[in-house]
Amino acid sequence: MSDVSRDTMLLTTPFHSRVEAMCDLNDWGNWMGYTTPNAYFDVELEYFAVRSTTGVFDLSPMNKYRVTGPDAQRYLDRLITRDVSKIGVDRVGYAIWCDDNGQVMDDGTIFRLGEQDYRICSYQRADDWLAWNTLGFDVTIENESEAVAGLAVQGPTSCTVLTLLGCTDLNQLKPFGIAHYSFEGRPLMVSRTGFTGDLGYEVWVPPESAEALWDQLFELGRDYLIKPIGSHALELARIEAGFLQANVDFMPAEEVVRVGRTRSPFELGLGWLVDFKKPLFNGRSALLKEQEKGSRYRFAMLDVEGNKPAEHSFILRGNKQVGTVTSAAWCPTAKANIAYAQIEMPHGAVGDELVAEIYYQRELHWTRLLAPCKVIDTPIFKSPKRWQTPAPPH
Amino acid sequence: MTDYDAIIIGAGHNGLICASYLAKAGKHVLVLDARNEPGGCASTREFAPGHHVSDCAQWLSQFDQGIVKDLDLKAAGLKLGKSKTTISLQSDGDHLVLDGDTISGAGVDSADQAAYRDFKNMVRSFAKLMTTLYRSRPPKLVEQNWTDRLTLMKLGLSLKLLGRERLRDLMRIVMINIYDVMNEHFSHAALKSAIALDAVTGTNMGPRSPNTVYSYLHRATGEHLGQSGTTQVLGGMGAFGQSLATAAEKCGAKIRLGSAVTAIVKTEERVTGVTLDSGEQISAKLVISSADPATTFRRLLGYHQMEAGMAMRVECYRSRSGTAKLHLALSGLPSFTGLSEGQLTERLVITPSMDGMETALNPMKYRELSDLHTFDINIPTLEDPELAPEGQHSLTAIVHYVPYEPDIGWEAGKPQLLSQLVSELEAYAPGIGALVTASELVVPSDFEASHGMTGGSWHHGELSIDQALMMRPFPGSTQYATAVEGLYLCGAGAHPGGGLQGLPGRNAAKEILKRGAL
Repeated sequence: MSDVSRDTMLLTTPFHSRVEAMCDLNDWGNWMGYTTPNAYFDVELEYFAVRSTTGVFDLSPMNKYRVTGPDAQRYLDRLITRDVSKIGVDRVGYAIWCDDNGQVMDDGTIFRLGEQDYRICSYQRADDWLAWNTLGFDVTIENESEAVAGLAVQGPTSCTVLTLLGCTDLNQLKPFGIAHYSFEGRPLMVSRTGFTGDLGYEVWVPPESAEALWDQLFELGRDYLIKPIGSHALELARIEAGFLQANVDFMPAEEVVRVGRTRSPFELGLGWLVDFKKPLFNGRSALLKEQEKGSRYRFAMLDVEGNKPAEHSFILRGNKQVGTVTSAAWCPTAKANIAYAQIEMPHGAVGDELVAEIYYQRELHWTRLLAPCKVIDTPIFKSPKRWQTPAPPH
Repeated sequence: MTDYDAIIIGAGHNGLICASYLAKAGKHVLVLDARNEPGGCASTREFAPGHHVSDCAQWLSQFDQGIVKDLDLKAAGLKLGKSKTTISLQSDGDHLVLDGDTISGAGVDSADQAAYRDFKNMVRSFAKLMTTLYRSRPPKLVEQNWTDRLTLMKLGLSLKLLGRERLRDLMRIVMINIYDVMNEHFSHAALKSAIALDAVTGTNMGPRSPNTVYSYLHRATGEHLGQSGTTQVLGGMGAFGQSLATAAEKCGAKIRLGSAVTAIVKTEERVTGVTLDSGEQISAKLVISSADPATTFRRLLGYHQMEAGMAMRVECYRSRSGTAKLHLALSGLPSFTGLSEGQLTERLVITPSMDGMETALNPMKYRELSDLHTFDINIPTLEDPELAPEGQHSLTAIVHYVPYEPDIGWEAGKPQLLSQLVSELEAYAPGIGALVTASELVVPSDFEASHGMTGGSWHHGELSIDQALMMRPFPGSTQYATAVEGLYLCGAGAHPGGGLQGLPGRNAAKEILKRGAL
């Protein structure tokens, strides 16, 4: 990707020169082998950019795989659990894929770019699994991860900023739609997708366009209070909006070495993505059996009393431990203390009242808190703007 | 309503045996085979005018005698020749004779003779244990049910009864190679390689390959399956196939030859039948394949019809052999240095030293022709003169260390290898080349084409611990069922494996009946 002056173990993204220039805190993290900012200047302010104006997140480290060939759709239909034929051209679908044991390997988005032309955008590297899956299919898989740079441009003013950039009639684009433009003579693709639960877009360009794109976005967006956001702010937004994160809320099945640490779609609350009407997909027979026999765990969104995030907490029912928290945050917009938990069946049904055993420290003093919590059925943050077409003016 | 209760793909011995047991239980069974004769690898072919040879399998040495009785194969026409002694030919004409537990000749000393008896006893006790496992469905280790528990308990008991020393020996040697075990037991070089031959023939291995002890023990189960020694089938192997077909039909199974299955039909959730090369579709409650796993899953079902993990297993399943057949039509009886005419009816083997055998593996691995081979020879016309025109003879030999496809290609490679093999034989049978009126070399890829065995593997997949028992052919498709509903396996690619035992076919039928799958 971009030039670095010396060999480093972590890679940098095509936006790195610009990201580095704006990263006032110089607070870096390792996201799947790439140097990425945890925060640029202030986590809360970055978060509020997403909720009130526009936040820009460099998502270039996401893995991108192009799937083409006469069997592309059949290939994907066997790979993922939902019905791929329902994703139209220039549409995007959220998807998960399982191994033969019906355990979730990763989640991601499927971009349909043509009749038999798709792009998988995944959190995990999946070269090996995608290659094995080609057996029996006339399909070509190309790892485009380094050929496509991406920015998430999210928030109420995002449509305006991108329209100024030249994305004409972007406000007409429906959620999960794709629009194609050109930027300085090179293609620029916009999808109305994101990880924040608000109005927002993801912008995809060749790496050569990356720096110019960043510069123009921030130039044009200045009056709309555009801000770069790091992974901590995104984490807050995604917990509030109800999105799961691989390696945090579940272990990708291929990475698990200990017995019983994987999860099925049903155990992650993603049963709605499993379409048994399809005669075949990876994990189908195991998932049918699970449906019959019952799952081991239930994914629960918890509304926790108080304002101490229930990070790494045990979830109790009476004195019995029935689950653990995978993600937790005090959500500033919803003003709620939210936690995602893996709860042992049969506990954790919506409305169930449980207790989070929270430990927190103030000046080296640890406090144990037993916070009552309740299982809720939908994400705490729901912005109507996310679904409105035309995209609402701010 | 389906056309049949079960369709069995392949009229090889396992397919026919499975069909017989199912038909005996009153099931409506159809056996389909692309070839025009029944028997699969148990086949006879006229390779030169008047010369009929067993053109694939040569010996019957480990066929389960329970099946012979159950299906009354003798009444169906099965006639076996005499039990043969193995003679390992030495270049000086002082040959090594292995007859039951005794060895003689070739300067073998009393220490090795005693060691041989001990070795045979040890092998016998291990093979007995394996036979127990071979005669039943392989137990799963994780999802235990009572049948599996019982098998495991029996196995545990048998292990215990081996005694401490034997058990330790078994655990020590079962994963290692025959080369080390031979050196541990014997000092006589020719003896070591004569035994090692049985560990590598039909495989893709050399004596130092891991799993060769297992493949040797696999062969040694023959004795416990009721067969005493190596025999030839009178009338050629095809007569064995024919007797099985006769028995199957007598049990009520229907056999259609010359009908190649081109696809296994799967609709929505299960297999429902097959498509023939004629385009005809036949439906059945179950499809039971005696074809090898790669043929069954990759070619007939198709990877697109299964989950990806299973496709991966099929793709990784090792199914290749370095074993070919040499067929010679001879104008007269050849003479071997140091062998009487009577001894020519025995099983004659030629092996380089164990190091030579290991060296021969290298060119084979790297797709080249070797200049060293092992021979497992039969002159079938001595016991069965009708197989050749009067006064003439045939010689067939199982030849190991032949690559699947040499880089020079078989068109150029075959004549070269053929003359190489004849010249190797000349060293033991001077003048044999002059007697040859016709010759044929059947290489692994030929077996694949003629008998449908992927990679030319006689065992329908390498005989190795990772592809054995509850892992045969691969996890997720064991105990004769597969991960695909309605599709079962009954061939050598299923437990306990290949070598004309008949147990996969028999066990599969029993399992299917027990499950009430029909």
